[in-house]
Amino acid sequence: MTQALDEIKIGGLGASRKRVEDNRFIRGRGNYTDDIVLPGMLHMEILRSPLAHARIKKIDTSRAWQIPGVHLVLTGEMMATRNLAWMPTLSYDTQAVLATDKVRFQGQEVACVIADDPYIAKDACEAIDVEYEPLPAIVNPEQAVAGGAPVIRDDKENQADNVIYHWEVGDAEGTERAFAQADKVSRLKLHYPRSHPSPIECCGSIADFNRATSKLTVYMTTQAPHIIRAAVALVAELPEHMIRIISPDIGGGFGNKVPVYPGYVCSILASILLERPVKWIEDKTGNLISTGFARDIYLDGEVAMRSDGKILAVRMHCDADHGAFFSDAQPSKFKIGLLHSAFAAYDIPVGHITARGTYSNKAPGGVAYRCSFRVTEAMFFQERMIQAAARDLGMDQAEFRRVNFVRDDDFPHRTPFGFLTDSGQYAKCLDVGLRAVGYQDFLKQQEEARARGRLLGIGISTMTEPLGAGNSREYDILGIKMFDSAELKVHMTGKAIVRTGARTQGQGHETTWAQIVSHELGIPAEDVVVEEGDTDTAPFGMGTYASRSTPVAGAAVAMVARKIRAKARKLAAHLLEVSEEDVEWELGRFYVRSAPSRGVTIQECAIAAYANMPDGMEPGLENTAYYDPPNLTWPFAVYIVTVEVDPETGVWDVLNMVAVDDCGVRINPMIVEGQIMGGLTEAYAMANMQFITFDADGNCVGANYMDYLLPTAWETPGFELHSEVVTPCPHHPIGAKGIGECAAVGGPAAFVNAVMDAISPTGVRNIDMPLLPDRVWEALTYHRDVSGAPPVRSDD
Amino acid sequence: MTIVYDDRDGQDAGEVPVRRIRFTINGAKKVAEVEPRLLLAHLIRRGIGLTGTHMGCDTTNCGACTVLVDGTAVKSCTMLAVQADGHEIETVEGLATASELHPLQEGFKEEHGLQCGFCTPGMMMAAKALLASNPDPGEEEVRWALSGNLCRCTGYQNIVKSVLWAAAKLRSQAPAATDGSEQ
Repeated sequence: MTQALDEIKIGGLGASRKRVEDNRFIRGRGNYTDDIVLPGMLHMEILRSPLAHARIKKIDTSRAWQIPGVHLVLTGEMMATRNLAWMPTLSYDTQAVLATDKVRFQGQEVACVIADDPYIAKDACEAIDVEYEPLPAIVNPEQAVAGGAPVIRDDKENQADNVIYHWEVGDAEGTERAFAQADKVSRLKLHYPRSHPSPIECCGSIADFNRATSKLTVYMTTQAPHIIRAAVALVAELPEHMIRIISPDIGGGFGNKVPVYPGYVCSILASILLERPVKWIEDKTGNLISTGFARDIYLDGEVAMRSDGKILAVRMHCDADHGAFFSDAQPSKFKIGLLHSAFAAYDIPVGHITARGTYSNKAPGGVAYRCSFRVTEAMFFQERMIQAAARDLGMDQAEFRRVNFVRDDDFPHRTPFGFLTDSGQYAKCLDVGLRAVGYQDFLKQQEEARARGRLLGIGISTMTEPLGAGNSREYDILGIKMFDSAELKVHMTGKAIVRTGARTQGQGHETTWAQIVSHELGIPAEDVVVEEGDTDTAPFGMGTYASRSTPVAGAAVAMVARKIRAKARKLAAHLLEVSEEDVEWELGRFYVRSAPSRGVTIQECAIAAYANMPDGMEPGLENTAYYDPPNLTWPFAVYIVTVEVDPETGVWDVLNMVAVDDCGVRINPMIVEGQIMGGLTEAYAMANMQFITFDADGNCVGANYMDYLLPTAWETPGFELHSEVVTPCPHHPIGAKGIGECAAVGGPAAFVNAVMDAISPTGVRNIDMPLLPDRVWEALTYHRDVSGAPPVRSDD
Repeated sequence: MTIVYDDRDGQDAGEVPVRRIRFTINGAKKVAEVEPRLLLAHLIRRGIGLTGTHMGCDTTNCGACTVLVDGTAVKSCTMLAVQADGHEIETVEGLATASELHPLQEGFKEEHGLQCGFCTPGMMMAAKALLASNPDPGEEEVRWALSGNLCRCTGYQNIVKSVLWAAAKLRSQAPAATDGSEQ
């Protein structure tokens, strides 16, 4: 008699299984792009523009060519002869690979050198003489649309100004009517500053073109290898089956490693020209000043309310600064991404959003930095607005949220901007959070402290995030639909390999995908190996970003395992000599319904698939599943922060931080908690110190880690996590929702709301992030709002 | 290391100055001929091929390249290879023995102290230096000791737990008498 398997013991769903990938990382045996050495490999370095906007008058590379060890110096002119000076972007614009006519942002790629050694390549870059004619720089949307502003994209026909698009969604007239009937209207303006995802590992690639086989292999830091393969096929006009993209271990991505960067393209061309492997590894300044940034939008919005607190309507305008090229890496058909997911957690009948995108002399490449695209901005504005509105109404901020939440029995719920949210227990999450932080007690303490001149504050933020693009009806990249994939091969001894089209960058796929297989088939997780990131072996998939791995690729893993189980059931019936209808399944084992002691394990079915299949059955136990989700998943979270602000210096300290995340079913609770803590830290970083901006000449301030501050173990507060609210996703095969980004999306508003609450006696409505001490001090001292928009003030 | 250049009528690479240095790395004695400007991190990664020491920022901020030089935690991107002449270097590859992980390595896995793994070697080396001088640190002391190392994934809470886990294990292993005090 067999005993039922204990799913947790075999590392199935819900097990806090220790991570498989750790075994190599803790030994220093990870295999990151820069660790790879190929025979005959050369090294590439990029010369970047020191100016933000300038006409290139002359590039003289003759001195660089003279340096021993230099093999190739590439300029825009040379790229142009191969039609590679410009490349298409993911937002249907064009982007310079190497500058030809003008440089349009500081740090733009102007030339590159390929040499025996990176030191020689750097020397040679310094020996390239470039003559520039400086032009006025534009660093914000206001300057971009001002009369007489220089046209940044004079390379484009029909581009007479710096406006990229106008876009709107919602019901303008209905919103107008609702505002006319409001008892109270509350307004808020703010700038969500430019931010940089800044993984510790920079971008890089090793292109290896083999003339003998005509095959191009590229090892590169990419979150989406198959997308890159398609892009290389299109840009470099190479046949797609002769391109192999390998994404080795990735030292953090956070959205930064989704786009195609000029460095990748140059290393590929150099390898084709030289017929040798060419390695390009970016330095940190190059990464910070030229690769995919995030945010940088100006939001101005208002809500119409009844005096009892019910929100009647909402409207917003957004000015988005996209930098020199519109190369946002986002998969939606909407110009401003999923900004219109704002207020999705609240039951608001009507709303209207307008948006305008403009060019500036800043790095291009808006990416979804630890979020579904623009959701961070949406949730930040939503929660800052909610706090301001509650205050204007004289209503408790928690109660105001409760009054307006979408109720548990209202799902599925259509938002005023067209999204369909699927499930949630919003009020319950809020209650858990308020209890954990001791809300009422804190309000009393706050009052007592205030009487003694101490400034305590409490900030609440809630968020629901549309995660897991697509469905394929609404989401695509370059026309390729946003599905994902998994391939599962069960070997004859019952061991297995699973491959997906996603690519882990620290999320622990090697551990969790095996747990899903274990849950579906009862094969112990340790018997399942996971492989991703090689386009020659992985099934076609769209990669890992926007918290889509578990919602889409993870779902595909479950679905392919179910296909395997369906075949195994036939094998079991054959082995048990009964009809398939008489076979029942329990974890890891089929048995005869009328005689439960007669059964076969999944491992016995596996060997039968190779050694004892019934007549007419195709041998083997392997399959592939492509999963096109019916909808996005909608996790929900409540984040509550308490702070104390020093009235003398403006410095603020976090006293307590509580996080209540409802992400549905958790595959590996340990990993989920790790993701939440990482997200909260990035939220704290954005609210407190992470600051990348530009002066009036377009010089990037925050171009290295001495200026662009990331929190260390010393500054980072502790977090209290709550997992007791679980609302399974109704359409995901195992009930999971995305989680990787929630805390980074919802967290910033909690910190800012807490500081704003602490200084509320000043009447100040807004301080732009990051809430640097001097900004808070300014608000406290002069009782005025503090803008953080560029150009940076000379005293910052 | 051998570099072969194209012969360009006498404009060859004869001028590159080279210094000979001797050092110990993970217990093995080495001799190397290096350009004086070569960074220690590059000697370790490219010259010796120990790629567990990572480079993240080039400005001594991120700490991914942290190694021990004579037992002191040093960011190897900010030390020249020639300065290692006569010194003992220890990298992440020196932590485990053939059969056994170092308690720090176990601790990082047990407490989920890593995600992408890029900062991990530097974190563990900085932690090793801490535990050598302070075998029983409190949470605040661990946070301070690691404040020269950046992690973008974990939020540090689990890294701190990992180090405390290792400290406890090391204390439980430490024989009352001698041994291990040289670390």
